Amino acid sequence: MTRPTRSAKKGAAARTARKPAAPRARPVPPAASVPPPHGAAALLTVLSPEGELVGKDPGLPPERLVFLYEQMVQVREFDRRMLVLQRQGRIGFYGPILGQEAATIGSAAAMGPGDWVFPALREAAAAILRGLSLDAAIAQLMGKASDRCKGRQMPCHYTHKEAHYVSMSSVIGTQISHAVGAAMAARIRGDDTVVLGYMGDGATSANDFHAGMNFAAVYRAPVVLFCQNNQWAISVPLRQQSASETIAIKASAYGMPYARVDGNDVLAVYAATRAAVERARRGDGPTFLEALTYRRLGHSSSDDPTRYRDEAEVRVWEKRDPVERLRRFLRARGLWNDRREQELQERIANEVNAAIARVEAEPDPDPDTLVTDVHAELTPQLREQLADLRANLDAARGGREGAFPL
Amino acid sequence: MTVMTLIQAVNDALKHEMRRDDRVVVFGEDVGVKGGVFLATEGLQAEFGKDRCFDTPLSECGIIGTAVGMALYGLRPIPEIQFLDFIYPAFDQIVSEAAKMRYRSGGEYTCPMVIRSPYGGGIKGGHYHSQSAEAYFCHTPGLKVVIPSTPADAKGLLIASIRDEDPVMFLEPKRIYRTLKQEVPEGEHVVPIGKGRIVREGKDATVIAYGAMVGICEQAAELAAKEGRSVEIVDPRTLVPLDEPLILDSVRKTGRCVVVYEAPRTCGYGAELAAIVAEKAIEYLEGPIVRVAGFDTPFPYTLDNLYMPDARRVLRGIQKTFQW
Repeated sequence: MTRPTRSAKKGAAARTARKPAAPRARPVPPAASVPPPHGAAALLTVLSPEGELVGKDPGLPPERLVFLYEQMVQVREFDRRMLVLQRQGRIGFYGPILGQEAATIGSAAAMGPGDWVFPALREAAAAILRGLSLDAAIAQLMGKASDRCKGRQMPCHYTHKEAHYVSMSSVIGTQISHAVGAAMAARIRGDDTVVLGYMGDGATSANDFHAGMNFAAVYRAPVVLFCQNNQWAISVPLRQQSASETIAIKASAYGMPYARVDGNDVLAVYAATRAAVERARRGDGPTFLEALTYRRLGHSSSDDPTRYRDEAEVRVWEKRDPVERLRRFLRARGLWNDRREQELQERIANEVNAAIARVEAEPDPDPDTLVTDVHAELTPQLREQLADLRANLDAARGGREGAFPL
Repeated sequence: MTVMTLIQAVNDALKHEMRRDDRVVVFGEDVGVKGGVFLATEGLQAEFGKDRCFDTPLSECGIIGTAVGMALYGLRPIPEIQFLDFIYPAFDQIVSEAAKMRYRSGGEYTCPMVIRSPYGGGIKGGHYHSQSAEAYFCHTPGLKVVIPSTPADAKGLLIASIRDEDPVMFLEPKRIYRTLKQEVPEGEHVVPIGKGRIVREGKDATVIAYGAMVGICEQAAELAAKEGRSVEIVDPRTLVPLDEPLILDSVRKTGRCVVVYEAPRTCGYGAELAAIVAEKAIEYLEGPIVRVAGFDTPFPYTLDNLYMPDARRVLRGIQKTFQW
């Protein structure tokens, strides 16, 4: 460890002076190639908004390219329909994804089946890509009996254990250190698991961002920390969230390699995430990725973005649409045509419709689920409260049935 | 049996479980090379290596946040928060994340971890090395809250906590870390969570206390005995889940109840104990339930001896239940 000396340069002395005096866990030295902050702020792009190849092709096979496209179209239709259901009062709340499909699908597609994903609000596409059925997703949104979280969470808080897609809270940024902790655990166990931790741009202001970034770098955790910079945290634009030139360069101070990628370019997102995943799996530690994208709708179904932003900005980002971009690329490669498009749209619409119909017919979760899963076992206190709940329900039923009919 | 202090019993329990289960990892500020500021983790890094006992950056929210991730992944993390007074940066991770994980995921994900932290006053620690914050955690569904009052219980309860499938707040009364020596069973020794103990049998009044207050209440019981009053002391050992039958049986027997805790009086855990007794055993009471507690102030430095309940204050509390 460098210690300040009289001969040390002023800047170096100031830096070391901030270090704690007592030696702590010895950090593994950061990877050799931390890119210079400003130069690396350039946006990694593979496809132009017109769908032309302008960067290094990650070389995905045709069926994989089509798979990515189908996933993007599916989540767009799912997203559109769920927002409609919310407007119709059939779902209580919804956090729309529109415009961010490529950032989620490109990154999630770069993970292996045994890898772990810690989502934020707008990563339903990652859950679906990893195997969450439309029925299960909609059951979560409707809080129905088959909901994996038993109707206990607000909409958009999916969980899918088989896919290692982890339940999230609504607290911003807490999942960052969970992702890092899971990655530390994988390293301790000697597994080759890599963890993907999502966050939004607003989360980079949260204390857990700092803690998570620092722990990830100090322990060289096999984690990819992925920021979906959609430029708005509800009504607060990025320039009021951070004075940093980019979000990506924040990683530099933690000693973590980073990249900034066009988040509406699914191939660029895939390529950047893939490289970061491979790096982590090799044992070379964490990477921070900033995907530049845009939240085209409100923060949620409860939000009206016209109150705080110029819709002209939205029009600009509509022209950078991620789904359209990949479609043009596929068409140019001869992998896509109008007939396939129509078939896909019809198939997805039918699947979403059928799932909605099935789930909507389900009952609410059983009343007992109010008190189960607080702990592995019911405590005596919860048993008592459950008995009280059942007695209240019995009394309510008895009250209705026994009431005078007029 | 080996004679141990409470801190040695904690260390013994950690070693026992780390030998038994390689998923158990211990980490926190200064717990590695130094062995913890109170030496609770002494020798762990030497025996189990730096992957299983390690120092962390100075960030409570990072310690607990990463512990949540480790528990989700399948480890059995035992993060140490150096003093309970420093736990508040991690409060969100405990309350919003660890405590709710099982429930919010419909049982898909769980968070088995033991958050160890020294707590309580009486060591000249001022505001920030003395607090008793147990009530915050008792008020959070999804957490268990365990507080030992003897070396043997410290070992047995810590082992039970480590084997528990859910997050446990294991709060160690640091005032009696080294003041009390007792025979502790060697090797396997489990004290189940949710079972209190009768510290001392009596027939005239029940005093409920936990942590460092148990010893104070034993002194008070001696003073009361000189006045011809037979005091029964109940130590719940786990605040959540609480062994209500043990407490209620005792109060129904004695007809009087004093609740002793060193946290600020208002909304302290003793208030919950008093409410339970009032709700379920009021017809047996010969006098009011009396609380003997800390003051509704930040924890003081010089006057900490006045802040902390002592034997005389507990005795006065006992006397009050007879004056009604």
